[in-house]
Amino acid sequence: MAEELETERNDVREDGRRPPRAVVGSTRVEEEMFGKVFDGKVVRRIWNFVSPYKSKVYLAVGAVLVFTGTQLVIPLIIRYAIDNGMTPGNVDHSALMWAGIAFAIAILINFAASFVQENTVGQVAENVLFDIRRSMFGHLQKVSLSFMDKTEVGRLMSRLQGDVNSMQEFLETSVLSIGDIVLLFGIVFVMLWLDFRLGLLTLSVLPILFIVRIFWLPRARKAFMRAHETNSLTNGALAEGIHGVRAVQSMDRQQVNFQLFDDKAHQNLKTHLIASRYAQVMVPIVDTLTGMAMAVVVVVGGSMVLNNSLDVGVMVAFLFYIQRFFDPIRSLTMQYSVMQRAMASGQRLTEVLDVDLDITDKPDAKVLSPQMDGSVEFQNVTFGYNPGQPVLKDVNFKVNPGETVALVGPTGSGKSSAMALVHRFYDVQEGRVLVGGHDVRDLTQESLGHQVAMVLQEPFLFTGTVFENIRYQKRDATLDDVIEAAKAVGAHDFIMDLAEGYDTELGERGGNLSLGQRQLISFARALVADAKILVLDEATANIDSYTEMLIQKALIRLLEGRTGLVIAHRLATIRGADRIIVLQNGQLIETGNHDQLMAQGGLYSKLYNLNYASFDDIPDDALEAAAQGNYAT
Amino acid sequence: MSSDAISSAAKRNNSFAHVEAAGWGRGLSTLLRITRMCLRHSFQVSVAIGATIVAAVLQLTIPVLLGTAVDQTQVVLEGGNAGAAAESALWLTAMSLLFVSIFRGVFTLLQNYFGESVGHHIGYELRLACYEKIQRQSFSFHDSIHSGDLITTGMLDIEGVRMYFSTALIRVVLLAILIGVGAYLLISTDVVLGLLALSFVPFVAWRSSVTQLRLRATWLELQNRLSVLTRVMEENLGGIRVVRAFAAQAYEMTKFDVASKRALTLAYERVGIRVRNTSAMTFSFFAAMGLVLWVGGNKVIAEEISVGTLASFLTFMTILQMPVRQLGMMVNSFARASTCGSRLFSLLDLDIQVKDAPDAQKLEVTEGTLRFDNVDFAYPNAPERPALKHISFEGRKGETIGIVGPPGSGKSTIAHLIPRFYDTTGGSITIDGQDISKATLASLRQAVAVVQQDSFLFTTTIENNIAYGDPWAKEHRIERASEFAQLHNYVLGLPSQYGTVVGERGVSLSGGQRQRLSIARTLMLRPAVMVFDDSTAAIDAATEQRIRSAMKRFAKDRVTIIVAHRLSSLMHADQILFVEDGEIVERGTHEELLAKGGRYKALYDLQIRPGDDMLEDTTEQANKEAED
Repeated sequence: MAEELETERNDVREDGRRPPRAVVGSTRVEEEMFGKVFDGKVVRRIWNFVSPYKSKVYLAVGAVLVFTGTQLVIPLIIRYAIDNGMTPGNVDHSALMWAGIAFAIAILINFAASFVQENTVGQVAENVLFDIRRSMFGHLQKVSLSFMDKTEVGRLMSRLQGDVNSMQEFLETSVLSIGDIVLLFGIVFVMLWLDFRLGLLTLSVLPILFIVRIFWLPRARKAFMRAHETNSLTNGALAEGIHGVRAVQSMDRQQVNFQLFDDKAHQNLKTHLIASRYAQVMVPIVDTLTGMAMAVVVVVGGSMVLNNSLDVGVMVAFLFYIQRFFDPIRSLTMQYSVMQRAMASGQRLTEVLDVDLDITDKPDAKVLSPQMDGSVEFQNVTFGYNPGQPVLKDVNFKVNPGETVALVGPTGSGKSSAMALVHRFYDVQEGRVLVGGHDVRDLTQESLGHQVAMVLQEPFLFTGTVFENIRYQKRDATLDDVIEAAKAVGAHDFIMDLAEGYDTELGERGGNLSLGQRQLISFARALVADAKILVLDEATANIDSYTEMLIQKALIRLLEGRTGLVIAHRLATIRGADRIIVLQNGQLIETGNHDQLMAQGGLYSKLYNLNYASFDDIPDDALEAAAQGNYAT
Repeated sequence: MSSDAISSAAKRNNSFAHVEAAGWGRGLSTLLRITRMCLRHSFQVSVAIGATIVAAVLQLTIPVLLGTAVDQTQVVLEGGNAGAAAESALWLTAMSLLFVSIFRGVFTLLQNYFGESVGHHIGYELRLACYEKIQRQSFSFHDSIHSGDLITTGMLDIEGVRMYFSTALIRVVLLAILIGVGAYLLISTDVVLGLLALSFVPFVAWRSSVTQLRLRATWLELQNRLSVLTRVMEENLGGIRVVRAFAAQAYEMTKFDVASKRALTLAYERVGIRVRNTSAMTFSFFAAMGLVLWVGGNKVIAEEISVGTLASFLTFMTILQMPVRQLGMMVNSFARASTCGSRLFSLLDLDIQVKDAPDAQKLEVTEGTLRFDNVDFAYPNAPERPALKHISFEGRKGETIGIVGPPGSGKSTIAHLIPRFYDTTGGSITIDGQDISKATLASLRQAVAVVQQDSFLFTTTIENNIAYGDPWAKEHRIERASEFAQLHNYVLGLPSQYGTVVGERGVSLSGGQRQRLSIARTLMLRPAVMVFDDSTAAIDAATEQRIRSAMKRFAKDRVTIIVAHRLSSLMHADQILFVEDGEIVERGTHEELLAKGGRYKALYDLQIRPGDDMLEDTTEQANKEAED
C-alpha cells in the first residue's frame, strides 16, 4: 500500500509537459447561442407579450417612418437650395428662403419623430422584458414540484435573465431595422428618381457589398462565437479558481493551475484577435466601395453636369446619400444575428412558459377553515413520481386531531413522499388524502398552505432580517409575536447575540448562521404561522449534539396543541410521539406506540434494538438483516 | 509540446511580469498606471496611434476633394472651356477620392485592430495577474471577501480596463485631430461659416458627456436594483418548497413586483435620459447645418464662396458628427477605466499574508512528529478575541489525535493552522522540530493534507478530481484511494465510471459521496500529517466505520488528526482533546475521559444514550434479545 500510493509529486515536468489529468474550468459551453432565423411559433408567442402595447408599437413604427423620411429629405432640400437658389445666373433669394424654411420644418419633425420613436421603442421593450419575466416567474410559482425537482435553479435563472434580455434587444432593434429597410429602399428610390442612369451606376457597388458580406458573415460569426466561448470558458475557470481556492491551496495545485489558466487565457487572447481581424476587415472594404461610388458620381455625374444634363445640386445630393447608404446594410446584417439569438432564447422561454400546470385549484375549490378539526387521513393512497413506479402503495392511516405521529422507516420507504402529499405538492394516483375531513384536491391550495405548516429537513431562509424570516407566512405578526415564538423554540438567546438582534440581516440563505440555528429559526417561523397541522422532516446529520438538545426541546413546544406528522430520525423524537407508523418499501407495515411496537417484535423493535441514536446510522447490512427478519416472521 | 510553444509560453509568462512592473505607483492615478501598461506594447501602440493620425487626416481630405469636384463641374459655366481638360480634372479628383478612401479604410483598420489588440493584451496580462493573486491569496483574505465580488473584478473590471486604450486614449487622438485640423481648415477658408459649422460641437460634446456620466451613474444603480430582483428570484426558486409549504406565492409575487417595479422605473428613466439627449444632439447638429446652408447659400449668391466650398462644409459636418457624439462614450470610458482599474489594482497590490519567509527552507520529514507548543491564535478580523489559547500537544507517526468540542470552540481552527492556512499569533507548530512558519509553503502543504468540511468538487471527471493533487498519478492508485474511501463501488455503478463528470455542471453527488471523494483525493497526497476537518459528518456511521478500518494501514505511516462532533468518529483515537473556548480542557483516551466523568462524558451520554433513562430497562432487554 505504502509503495502503491508513493509517487514523486512533480507538477510540471522539465520539458514543459502539463499533467495529463489536470484541467481548470470546463471545456465546453452549454447552450446553443443561435437558433433559426425565424420561428413562427416563437414569434407568435412573443407577439402575445407585445400586443398589449400594440398602439405604442404602431406609433413607434410610424415615428420611425417619419424619421427616416426626414433623413431622406434633407439632401433633397440642399439640392433644391443649390439648384434653385444659388446657381450662377439663376440666383433666387426666395428659393433659398423656402429651402431654409423647409429645412427648419424638416429638422423639427425629425426631432419630434426621433424623440417619439426612441422613447416608445425603449419603453415598450423594457415593459415587454419585465412582462415576460413576470409571467415566467408567476408560472414557475404554479408549476408542479416534479418539474422544479428536476430543473436546476441556475438554468431557470438564465432563462429569466439572459434569454429575456436577448428578447429585449431583439424588440429594440427590430423596430429600428424597419427604419433601416425603409432608409435603404428610400435612398435607392430617391437616387433613381433624381437621375436613373447615375443612380443605377452608383448603386452598382451595393451588390458587391452584399456578396462580400454573404461570404464574410458565416466565417466572421464563427470567429465571434469562438471568442465568446473562450471568454466564458476562461471566466468559468476563474470562477472555479475563486470558489475552490481552499481546495486548490490545500492540494498545492496553484502552479499547475496557473499554467493551465494561462493556456486558456492565451487561447482567449488569440480568438479575440482573430475576431477583431474579422470585424475590422470590413472597414477598408466598405470604405473602398464608398470611394468607388463617390468616384463614379464625380466622374459620371461631373461630366453630366459639365454637359448640362444634370444639375449640380443633384450631384451634391448623391454625394450625401452615398455617405449614408452603407449604414443600413451594416445594421441589417447585424440584426440577422440578433434575430437568431432571439429565436434561440425565445424557444427556451416558450419551453418554460409551456410547462403544464398539473396541480391547480378546482373551480369550486373550498377554503379550508381554521376551525377544522386538524385531522389528517390517508385512504388507500398509491403514489409515485413516475406512474408505474409507486413509492407509496395502498397506504391507510389516520392522524387524530392533536396527535403526534412519527413516520419511521429506512431510506426510500416513502416517508418524505407521504409528507409532501399532505400539502398536495403532488397529486395521488389512487385513493385520497384528507385534511380536516376534506380531500386536499377539493381545497384551495392557499388555504391548505395556511393550515398545514411545514418544516423541511434543510432549513431555507431568505435574505432579509431575522424578524422578516420568522414572520414569513404571517405578514401581520408583530415583533412581540415573533419574539414570543423565538423564545418558545429557544432561538431568542442566540438571536439577541447577533449584531442587531431581530433586525440582523441574514446573508444568502442564512449563511451567517449555523445549521442548527437556521433550524431553530425555521421552527419559530412555523410556530408564528400557527397552523393546525404541522408536518416536520427532522434534520438528519450535521448538527452538533448541543444544538440538537435545543432542537429536541423546541420540537416538544412546537407540537403542543397541534396535529403533528413527523418524519423522525432520532430515537428521542420517535419515542416522544403518540403513535409510530413504520413504512417500508412504500407500505405501512406497523403502527402503534413505542411499547406496543416493541412488544410486537417487528421491524421497529429490531431497528430499535440495534441501538443507534438514529435510524439513519444503521448500516445497510444490519438494516437488511432486520428487514429480512421481518419478512420471515 | 514543441520548443516553439515552450518559448511562446515563456514569453507569455514574461508579459505577465509587465503587470507587476507597471504597478506600485501608488501616488499616481490609476489611469496613468493603465496608460503605462499600454505603453509596454510600444509597437502596437505606435502603430495604432500613427494609423489614427493618418486616418483622421485622410478623412479630412474627403470633404475638400468633394468640394473640388463640385467646383470642377462649375468651371465650364463660368469660364466656358469645357471638354477634355475639365474631364481629366474630374478623373483626377475621382481617383484621389478612391485612393484616399482606400487608404483611410486601411489605416482605420490598423487603428482599430491594433487599438483592440493592445486592450486584449493587457486584458490577458491582468487576467493572469488576477488569477495568480487570487490563487495565492491567504484564507483570511478569502474569508473576508465575497466570492461574487472577486468574480466581478476578474471579469467586468478587467473588461473596463481593457477597453481603455481603444475607447478612451485612441479617441482623444482622433478627436483632437478631427476637431483641431478640421477647425483650422474651415476657419481658414471662411471664418463665419467655419464657426457656424463648428457651433454644434461644444453643445453636443457637453450634452453627450453629461448624459453618459448620468447614464453610467444610473446604470450602476440599475445593476443594484437588478441584483435585488435576481436575489428574489433565485431565492424563490431555490426555496420553492418553503414558498409552497407556507402558501406564500402571493407574497413572493409581491416581493417580485416591488423589486421589478423599482428596476423598471429606473430603466424607464434611463430611456428618457438617453432619448432626450440623442434627439437634442441630432437637432443641434441639423440646426447648425441649416444655418450653414442659409448663410453659406447667401455667400454663394454673393459669390464670396463657391458651391463646392459650401458642399465641402456640409460634408465636413457629417464627418465630424459621429466622433463628436461619441465624445460622451469616451468620457465614460475614462470614468469606467478609473473605477475598474482602482478596484483591480487594489486587489493586485494587496499583500499576501501567509507566504514563504525570506529564509524559508524545504520541510524535511523524517520521523513525522507534529508538535503544537503553546499555540495562540486570533482571526485577523477579530484580533482582540483569541480563537485559540495555549494549545500544546504532540502527535507521532502512527498516532491518531481526536479533537472534539462545542461549535465555535476552535477545534477546526487547530486543523487549519497545521498547513498554515492561517499563521499562529503565538507559540509554534513544528514538524520534526522544524517550525512550519520557516518552511516553504509548497513543501509544507505536501506534508500536510486536510480533508475539508466543505468538499468542493471541480467540474471534471471523478478520476481527475481524485488525482487533483497528483495529476500524474497512475490509474490503479486512483482506484486504490477510491476503494479506501469506500467510493469505488459507487463509481463503478455510474454510466461512465471514473470518467463521469461531477461538480457544478456534472452529475451531482450527495453530501456523503462528496466527502468520500474528498477523502480519496486527500489520500492520494500521501501526507505525513493527515487532517480530517469534520469531514465525515455527512457519511453514515457504517460507511465511516469501513473507511476507518481501511485507513488503519494507511494511518500507520503518519499522524492522523480527526476533528469531529460525532464521537463515534474519534473514539478510537490514541489521544482525544476536548476543546472549549479555544482551550484544551480535557485530554486522554476515550476510556480515560469517560472515567473522568467530565465534559467528554456528558457529550458521550448525550450522543450515545439520548432521551430519558426510564427506558434503560427496555434497552437492556433489547440487547439481550439481540444477542440471542
